[in-house]
Amino acid sequence: MAAPFELSDDSVVVIIGTGAGGGVLANELAQKGVSVVALEAGGRYLPEDYINDEWDSFGQLAWLDARTTSGDWRVAKDFSGLPAWIVKAVGGTTTHWAGASLRFQDHEWKAATNYGPVQGASLLDWPIDPREMDDYYTKAETKLGVTRTGDRAGLPGNNNFKVFEAGAKALGYTEVHTGRMAINSANNDDRLACQQTGFCFQGCKWGAKWSAAYTDIPRGEATGNLEVRERAHVLKIEHDDSGKVTGVVYADADGNQHLQKARIVCVAGNSIESPRLLLNSASSMFPDGLANSSGQVGRNYMRHMTGSVYAVFDKPVKMWRGTTMAGIIQDESRHDPSRGFVGGYELETLALGLPFMAAFLDPGGWGREFTTALDSYENMAGMWIVGEDMPQETNRITLNHDVKDQYGLPAPNVHFDDHPNDIAMRNHAYKQGMAVYDAVGATRVFPTPPYPSTHNLGTNRMSENPRDGVVNKHGQTHDIANLFISDGSQFTTGAAENPTLTIVALAIRQADFIAAEMGRNTL
Amino acid sequence: MTASKKGLTRRQLLSRSVAAGASLVVGSGFVAGNSATWAMGVDHLQPATMATLIQMARDIYPHDHVADEFYAIAVKGYDSADSAPMIEAGIAALDTAAQGKGHASYVDTGWERDRVDILRGIENSGFFQTIRGGLVTGLYNQKDVWPLFGYEGESFSKGGYLDRGFDDINWI
Ligand SMILES: Cc1cc2nc3c(=O)[nH]c(=O)nc-3n(C[C@H](O)[C@H](O)[C@H](O)COP(=O)(O)OP(=O)(O)OC[C@H]3O[C@@H](n4cnc5c(N)ncnc54)[C@H](O)[C@@H]3O)c2cc1C
Ligand code: SF4
Repeated sequence: MAAPFELSDDSVVVIIGTGAGGGVLANELAQKGVSVVALEAGGRYLPEDYINDEWDSFGQLAWLDARTTSGDWRVAKDFSGLPAWIVKAVGGTTTHWAGASLRFQDHEWKAATNYGPVQGASLLDWPIDPREMDDYYTKAETKLGVTRTGDRAGLPGNNNFKVFEAGAKALGYTEVHTGRMAINSANNDDRLACQQTGFCFQGCKWGAKWSAAYTDIPRGEATGNLEVRERAHVLKIEHDDSGKVTGVVYADADGNQHLQKARIVCVAGNSIESPRLLLNSASSMFPDGLANSSGQVGRNYMRHMTGSVYAVFDKPVKMWRGTTMAGIIQDESRHDPSRGFVGGYELETLALGLPFMAAFLDPGGWGREFTTALDSYENMAGMWIVGEDMPQETNRITLNHDVKDQYGLPAPNVHFDDHPNDIAMRNHAYKQGMAVYDAVGATRVFPTPPYPSTHNLGTNRMSENPRDGVVNKHGQTHDIANLFISDGSQFTTGAAENPTLTIVALAIRQADFIAAEMGRNTL
Repeated sequence: MTASKKGLTRRQLLSRSVAAGASLVVGSGFVAGNSATWAMGVDHLQPATMATLIQMARDIYPHDHVADEFYAIAVKGYDSADSAPMIEAGIAALDTAAQGKGHASYVDTGWERDRVDILRGIENSGFFQTIRGGLVTGLYNQKDVWPLFGYEGESFSKGGYLDRGFDDINWI
């Protein structure tokens, strides 16, 4: 059960956010005997609470605090108040996620070196050797129970996959399978095998999909070393005259504010809230925000180059049946500038229910061109495109002082412009995706624009040189030794792969570092 | 449906109402399908306004296999004291636009393509965008509409699709 720590206890590690990064870090530290207080803005929802209904589930779990958008991305026009799909709940966005779990390719850890200079992009090499990640990736795959890794079998292919696979093979693609998924293909780790219910995005009611909410978090709590305080929204990180952080101010469910003391603070609120919190914690000593001597806090916001391709056939597909994303084509994930862009992309099966399809197929669309597409909903197949986008300094999270959240704090503004490389890659992927479906007789195809960001990355980037980024190779901020970043905002570059496996591997690695440094009393 | 007039025979209903476009009738305080299978009371909007709004909803998201009743449900929320002035003004403007193109009113514009042409003219207005945006959930998030598109909705209580056809495609 929860170990109650005193607000005045300054020996604890405070973790802000309990998603892929924070939830895993909390458990890993607790397993090592470190005392942890994890503060989570959202409430606690477990499989019995999840709802097999797209909008109801969205209302239950999504982060809906005020946010604004700018830039040339279409999301700013179609969903101006909803730049990102992020969960506010214990377990964070691992309740919503689809479970696709891929390792980075070696060359992606060193994008600046391997891609060379790209005009307008702030590419940088990760200060991590890919070989150093091998063991951590294996640990992460074991933790998540990733299929097609270790001795775990792949998932069976559903209808949507079968169409996708046949098209891919007809086109000559060879790396096509049902994915490496953090979804059980057999009962494993006290979790059931997938029952193919088809609501992976709404929280898996069978617990077949890994989520921190019902794995790492309760396991950490069971040690007695982890206390998770839910509906505890952190407003500010405090520091002393020596520039070390000393604790955090948070609002509880009733809006009452408390100060939780800390020996170490780890920020894991996802890539919009994490930089926002550092910026909102500005003081006379750190007028530009905490850990921001480089000026990089909030910059280099990445969201992956994304898009979808849907296709209609003359016969039923019923793509909504079964796993949402268990299908992948990896042939295009290589770096091959002869295609007209650097980096690569993955094609992954994707199904939306009718309500989300109506909202996202062609946002703002109406009339028969739109409705005849939905008339064929039963005959539709779908895929998602996810590729490496270029970090750009001007794509960034800033404080919007004209819009306040429920606590009176400036809301984050998310600015994003596509880089020409992103556009070239998206056009290539649309063409290939449509060709996949054309190859098996699609009667109509839809190159669908990106949704609000599900992969939010890079806004507290990792760098060798403190001038270039916010954190070092351990996620420790260059400026403040006892302040860490533990989520996807550490990403130096985004790679082509869905990010969560890497976020988890980095969190396991960071736990080793923090525990060791605490043991040596250097923190 | 919240049919204040439900229970009327078709003849009774039609005798108390006048046609509004091809498939709707309006009477005092209600709008109904002219087949009399459904009727909806209106408290704050003029019945004719509601009928026009239902036609507009269908013209924005036309599905020939979806009955008017579902469009009526999708826009019923606008029949409130708060929304009524905005809707009355928006529909009045729509009728004016229809008249500007030589039609008696929006619902009396016979061809869908002519009504769509009128809608194109106001497509950037706040009124149009409010109605269109509301329909995305108002229409497509009605559970009773889903089966008309083949969508099966919730599946957990039925044990998922593991034994119910997650891979039953037979033509690929
Ligand atoms: C629909 C969907 C599908 C996805 N599918 C995949 C997939 O297949 N594969 C993949 O790799 N990734 C996927 N993702 C992305 C994945 O979910 C995220 O990359 C991952 O969860 C990010 O981890 P994180 O730790 O950075 O943040 P999160 O998991 O979002 O956790 C952040 C937590 O911090 C909390 N928080 C924020 N600010 C505060 C504050 N001030 N005080 C207290 N708490 C705070 C939030 O409430 C939240 O719980 C998907 C995402 C979505 C939305
Ligand atoms: S399809 Fe499988 S993983 Fe997805 S929600 Fe259903 S049981 Fe869970």
